[in-house]
Amino acid sequence: MNVEDFKNRNVGQGSYVNVEQDEYPETPWAEFKQVFKRSIKGELLGGLKITFIMMKEALFNKQMHTVQYPAEKLPIGPRYRAVHKLLALLESGTNRCIGCGLCEKICIADCIRMDTKIDENSRKEVLEFSINFGRCIFCGYCAEVCPELAIVHGERYENASEQRAHFVLKEDMATPLDKLIFQKEYDGFGAVSPDADERVKKTPLLY
Amino acid sequence: MEAIIIETIIKVLIVLAVFSALAGFTTYLERKVLAFMQRRLGPMNVGPYGLLQVLADGIKLFTKEDVIPANASKPVFMIAPIITAATAFIAMSAIPFFPEFELFGYTVRPIIADINIGVLFVLGVASVGLYGPLLAGMSSANKWGLLGGARTAIQLLSYEVVSGLALLAPIMLVGSLSLIDLNNYQSGGMLSWMIFTQPLAFLLFLIAGFAETNRTPFDLLEHEAELVAGYATEYSGMRWGMFFIGEYANLFTICFLVSLVFLGGFNDWGFIPGGLAIILKVMFLIFLFLWTRASWPHIRPDQLMWLCWKVLMPLAVLNILLTGLIVMIGL
Repeated sequence: MNVEDFKNRNVGQGSYVNVEQDEYPETPWAEFKQVFKRSIKGELLGGLKITFIMMKEALFNKQMHTVQYPAEKLPIGPRYRAVHKLLALLESGTNRCIGCGLCEKICIADCIRMDTKIDENSRKEVLEFSINFGRCIFCGYCAEVCPELAIVHGERYENASEQRAHFVLKEDMATPLDKLIFQKEYDGFGAVSPDADERVKKTPLLY
Repeated sequence: MEAIIIETIIKVLIVLAVFSALAGFTTYLERKVLAFMQRRLGPMNVGPYGLLQVLADGIKLFTKEDVIPANASKPVFMIAPIITAATAFIAMSAIPFFPEFELFGYTVRPIIADINIGVLFVLGVASVGLYGPLLAGMSSANKWGLLGGARTAIQLLSYEVVSGLALLAPIMLVGSLSLIDLNNYQSGGMLSWMIFTQPLAFLLFLIAGFAETNRTPFDLLEHEAELVAGYATEYSGMRWGMFFIGEYANLFTICFLVSLVFLGGFNDWGFIPGGLAIILKVMFLIFLFLWTRASWPHIRPDQLMWLCWKVLMPLAVLNILLTGLIVMIGL
């Protein structure tokens, strides 16, 4: 493709398909013949047949489209970006977050806030961590940038609430200690891809 | 004499109660069947399988405010829904619903008034019922209502000719206007049904019946896509509900009429007793009405007039001519 092709604005020219149209009857006799032919054809019965098959399929062949929402839910994709989860270390149950602050830095909606300090072992300790879901746009950058896979996107998409204060609860996101055995390794948005080892490029320092 | 009066009053009350309830239940059926045909579930949450939806709708209709628009012609506006509902039930008074049966040694004839011009009466009263939408549309000071009312008039003019002429041919064969005579004429098994001797008349009357009950191919009066709700745009609460009840009662009247005149009525059908047979026939016809609503698009008013005057009426006249010749030569 060269520049002239891009400059041509009449893109639709010649590519339109005319809808097939019957010829209109000219004489009253032809008109009568057309009406008669169409009445005899029984096309209306064809319409009835279609709806009947639809009903039969829906009732007896499990083709019903309705999802009775609060009772049953459609599965969501693994890469869906719903309310965040803060994963814990499986061995100790403590939060995986190392307090690097990358998520806070990258957040484009400016809704993540964390407070850290250096503890007595001269390691960083997270004092406070909150995500304001009233502002979060669920872009997924925080999950992508997290080096420890500590903050990920979960599958809890029903996050309506009556009060703004409910949108910042850390306890809602963190994995509770008693549910630790149910915690699954996250394979969704921001997780390491299965073929990460092959795709990784060596840094200049290694040479 | 007194026994007849008491019997009639009891029958009237039973017909009123049963068909008001059935009209409500048919709305549920309609929603369900339409939903299934579109692969939906329909009402599911009120009661088991949404069965109590009718009750919820009823409560809503009864407790809703009855609004009368400021510029409406008040008395006409208030009377119009009563005309629709009342005539729909009056038309039922000449319809034999079941065969005669014995109850505590007393022979009950399930017809309120066995008049010898039953067909004429039912058709006449049913078409008086169209005054309801007409007056409602014209009195409610609303352009949608006015258009709906105008369409009522043209619809009445169009289908009334067809339904009358279509019924004339079976009446010529039977030689009586009484619905019981029409029913007894077809007592000789399934092959004596009028649908086999008068298939064209059956088709024409069914089409006219769709127009008379404002069902989908001909629901010009309240096309929601064109006229908001047509003649009923300004109505609310129980007045609107009365239009609804009248419409569904009319549906049952037409279904009973079609099964009595063309489908063998309440004669025994093989091993099925007559009472059950007519219920099955009416149920099938109701299903047919819902089925077409799910399948077919509706037509324009001018197309309805074209269909009725230019196609159906000549066919009906032709049918009468042929029937007349056969009656003259054959008998």
